[in-house]
Amino acid sequence: MNWRGALTIYKAEMARTGRTLMQSVLAPVISTSLYFVVFGAAIGSRMESIDGIGYGAFIVPGLVMMMILMQSVSNAAIGIYFPKFNGTVYELLSAPISALEIVTGFVGAAATKSLILGALVMTTAAFFVPMEIQHPLAMLAFLIMTSVTFSLFGFIIGIWADNFEQLNIVPMLIVTPLTFLGGSFYSISVLPPFWQTVTLFNPVVYLISGFRWSFYGVSDVDIGISLAAIAGFFALCLFIVWRMFKTGYRLKT
Amino acid sequence: MTHETPSGSAAAVLSIKGVSKTYAGGFTALKSVDLDIAKGEIFALLGPNGAGKTTLIGIICGLVNASSGSVEVFGHDIKGDFRLTRARIGLVPQEMSIDMFTKVKDAVAYSRGLFGKPADPAYVEQVLRDLSLWDKRNEQMRALSGGMKRRVMIAKALSHDPDILFLDEPTAGVDVELRQGMWQVVEKLRQRGKTIILTTHYIQEAEEMADRVGVIRQGEIVLVEETATLMAKMGRKKLTLQLAEPLQALPEALAVDGLSLAEDGYALHFDYDTQSDRTGITTLLSNLNAAGVSVRDLETQQSSLEEIFVDLVGGAS
Ligand SMILES: Nc1ncnc2c1ncn2[C@@H]1O[C@H](COP(=O)(O)OP(=O)(O)O)[C@@H](O)[C@H]1O
Ligand SMILES: [Mg+2]
Repeated sequence: MNWRGALTIYKAEMARTGRTLMQSVLAPVISTSLYFVVFGAAIGSRMESIDGIGYGAFIVPGLVMMMILMQSVSNAAIGIYFPKFNGTVYELLSAPISALEIVTGFVGAAATKSLILGALVMTTAAFFVPMEIQHPLAMLAFLIMTSVTFSLFGFIIGIWADNFEQLNIVPMLIVTPLTFLGGSFYSISVLPPFWQTVTLFNPVVYLISGFRWSFYGVSDVDIGISLAAIAGFFALCLFIVWRMFKTGYRLKT
Repeated sequence: MTHETPSGSAAAVLSIKGVSKTYAGGFTALKSVDLDIAKGEIFALLGPNGAGKTTLIGIICGLVNASSGSVEVFGHDIKGDFRLTRARIGLVPQEMSIDMFTKVKDAVAYSRGLFGKPADPAYVEQVLRDLSLWDKRNEQMRALSGGMKRRVMIAKALSHDPDILFLDEPTAGVDVELRQGMWQVVEKLRQRGKTIILTTHYIQEAEEMADRVGVIRQGEIVLVEETATLMAKMGRKKLTLQLAEPLQALPEALAVDGLSLAEDGYALHFDYDTQSDRTGITTLLSNLNAAGVSVRDLETQQSSLEEIFVDLVGGAS
């Protein structure tokens, strides 16, 4: 195995993040913090509590998840799209390095970055709203699984995308709506029965619900189902990436 | 300078067998290419734009999937044993492909790392010095001139000390000085026993640099020959006859294909094919004698590979 190769990719990706610290770290932290200020502290103080949790505290897990989903997808997507765009992908393809090692490098770096952002955002949130974490290990597990899975998903988008528009369209048109409708700002129990059923087809619901459970011990759906959903999505993404490299889809001609 | 043509794949560091490539759009860029490359030789793949040179290199290096055929590098299959084969190959692609925001030394270290090799500052320093890049090691790529960027790409390709180096049109858009520098590097690599395969459509380049030349045309290797043999075998020669007295015009009795009179009337030029049974020289000389034209001196000149190439490409279609 060429793990040194994977580590080389990982380090180069982390260095790229370091070069763009403002845009890649500060921006997501600030924008998520604005949600806490506006929805948590300002509007939240006039809202009823949900499932016995103050509104400000209720939305924190959902907002953290939303930020992590968005960042994981876009970071991993850019990570692999960029070499395709500037032609340096030839080096990856001609090096003695397997698909698994390449993916480990890129996805590992994107997920690491998401975890750092997650920690920063939660620390920031603690300044604005009262928070508790009942199941810290489960919370960490959810964070890691989500970061890795959605980085993998972003990696697929990055390989698939032929131009910058396509690169942005999936995060904009799919990930954002699914997260907004995934129960970041409300419990799905407040929806009419029909929409509750529709919502259950949104994979993000399971993530946010499970993540919120790790904070407050209450969830919209069973925690086991949440875990199964994310594991299933992870397996699906892994399979797609494996196929992509096997066939050389949009990487080789 | 001379290298034996490898008889079988056993002697070859690179062995290509029946490789074809049809692109997704249906265009066939390579048609059953067979080629063996011997250890330590400099091989020039010579062909016009679109002949399939880059496609062939892409297949060997892992950028392009072959439609059929097989390639072995040091006896290992490039698909089944890709780790072994790629570890020994360095590629300098035709297109300038670099990350503008990386520093030179980081770019080279990255390439070496990708190949799974531990850092070796002394070796990397030597590579950078050989390519006159050592002073620029802390510069970002975007701060470098075009020629320097190309040299960085060579440095990246050499970062893992490969045994086979591919240079895809190394001198396209490159100034004379850089070209000279590049050949020095190539010569040094050859002395260390490396095998170099370069593509070009500049014929002089193949003539100057290569031990052997493979001519590729419309996806087919039409000829593989030692450069010297090729020159001797295929070459047309030019015979120049210095005349004792100038001629106003070419006498009717002398007129044959390939014969022309110099502007000043003091010389006759005769182009002939060394390969043909009758070169026409004897006839020409006796005709001159009969016409009373006396010759003061004569010399012959080998035509360049360029002219050979035009012959080949023009003639075969
Ligand atoms: N990705 C591709 N898809 C379709 N056709 C291609 C592709 N790449 C190259 N070709 C075609 O294959 C032929 C050979 O190209 P190439 O190998 O780049 O030639 P060379 O390097 O000798 O100039 C050309 O006609 C080119 O247009
Ligand atoms: Mg080419």
